[in-house]
Amino acid sequence: MMNYSSVRSDPPDETAIRAETVNVVRGTRHVLRDLDFTVPRGQITGLLGPSGCGKTTLMRAIVGTQAKVTGTLDILGRPAGHPTLRTRIGYVTQAPSVYDDLTVRQNLTYFAEILDPGHAAADRRHDNVTRTIADVDLTSHADALAGNLSGGQRSRVSLAVALLGTPELLVLDEPTVGLDPVLRRDLWNLFHDIAASRGATLLISSHVTDEAERCHRLLLMREGRILADDTPDALRTRTHSETVEAAFLHLVDEATAAARAKETTR
Amino acid sequence: MTTTTSPTTTPRPALTGALNLARTTTTAARVLRQLRHDPRTIALMLLVPCVMLFLLRYVFDGNPRTFDNIGASLLGIFPLITMFLVTSIATLRERTSGTLERLLAMPLGKGDLIAGYALAFGTLAIIQSALATGLALWFLGLDVTGSPWLLLLVALLDALLGTALGLFVSAFAASEFQAVQFMPAVIFPQLLLCGLFTPRDNMHPALEAISNVLPMSYAVDGMNEVLKHTDMTANFVRDALIVAGCALLVLGLGAATLRRRTA
Repeated sequence: MMNYSSVRSDPPDETAIRAETVNVVRGTRHVLRDLDFTVPRGQITGLLGPSGCGKTTLMRAIVGTQAKVTGTLDILGRPAGHPTLRTRIGYVTQAPSVYDDLTVRQNLTYFAEILDPGHAAADRRHDNVTRTIADVDLTSHADALAGNLSGGQRSRVSLAVALLGTPELLVLDEPTVGLDPVLRRDLWNLFHDIAASRGATLLISSHVTDEAERCHRLLLMREGRILADDTPDALRTRTHSETVEAAFLHLVDEATAAARAKETTR
Repeated sequence: MTTTTSPTTTPRPALTGALNLARTTTTAARVLRQLRHDPRTIALMLLVPCVMLFLLRYVFDGNPRTFDNIGASLLGIFPLITMFLVTSIATLRERTSGTLERLLAMPLGKGDLIAGYALAFGTLAIIQSALATGLALWFLGLDVTGSPWLLLLVALLDALLGTALGLFVSAFAASEFQAVQFMPAVIFPQLLLCGLFTPRDNMHPALEAISNVLPMSYAVDGMNEVLKHTDMTANFVRDALIVAGCALLVLGLGAATLRRRTA
């Protein structure tokens, strides 16, 4: 069996995402401001921050669907949006993007055919689709129309599409919103399994801070800036906090106080 | 929940060329599969033109000559209008549901997507045109001098033009409400000026000049050539080429409205 990493054309690099002074302006709003960070390969990095802080815009910039991104943003050794990255990245938007008038299996089969076209690949695609449906625990609903599923089930169909084709980088925008605790735990087990067994990199946004404890690294964002980039343990130690949530609040307060001090000295 | 297997040996798929046959046909099959889950839309698409022709035949009960003229023109106009509506709504849905963004983040060429849509709706247009043409010729006594195959060819080109226009305007519609309103805006002026109600050379010169640059005029002219001549005339070939050329041009414009990167 061929080793997955040997297929990779560029030299192995420990960095999956490298951002240097990344800025995004949407209309009159400066959504991302001078972001500098790196995301290591093979780990789960959590992207945390209040809603409206720029998480989704950053994710869209990484997968190459965001217009007007300035600065350097290299993904898997290529500039973001490079055509060769399209088969190597899986992206799940916050709202499930699947065809409501197709069944779960028909949805996945179509996207699998786009990723891996041709008659010769039919068996491989079939296995891939069946495995992916099992991964997101929808085997019993494989022949149900996506439009007839519950919200949580539809978002899992959307997640399954991103798991097709064994991507090297998975970008997941709030994948566990609206799911019950059991399913959330199972999905997080799946994410860890993907990172461990395939060596894939996962970037997962969330505003549920208890999920942050399950990430290898965290990027804390606030108002378009990176507030912290560290492991959960280091963050807790640095802020003398019990939980990541407390650490995050501590950092937000610190940043707000610093901004206010700057205002008054002006 | 099961665990994932070890890394699979999926070879890196080839990059998107201008057009990938497998991706185009799979997209067409997907669009048709979506429609299959919506039998009412299929029934409306196929039956409404037939019912309209039937109505028209008995509206002009005392004047079969008028039915010949208008009936032949309508055989070209129906597929254009239906395909315009269906395509504009379908692609608008694709844009608003996020599936378009997802597809464009995958190795799918814009040409594959558009050709896929054109292929799927083109197939449906063939069925629709065949039903309407057959009904008009053999049951409603539409008197056509030329070959019914030529009628079908023009109908198909018109359907392609409708698909192209629908795809293009969907880029400018933010909701289904707006998309439907584009029908009167884009189709009705052409309908008035295409020579259906009065020959184009009887119109005010300014309107005639406008009608000369609207594609539907050539669709109707082409139908009338088939109506009056046994052979494929030079005018027919010109009309058919103009309709086909317009369809391709608008499809190209439609492709330009599909952006991989959006604000």
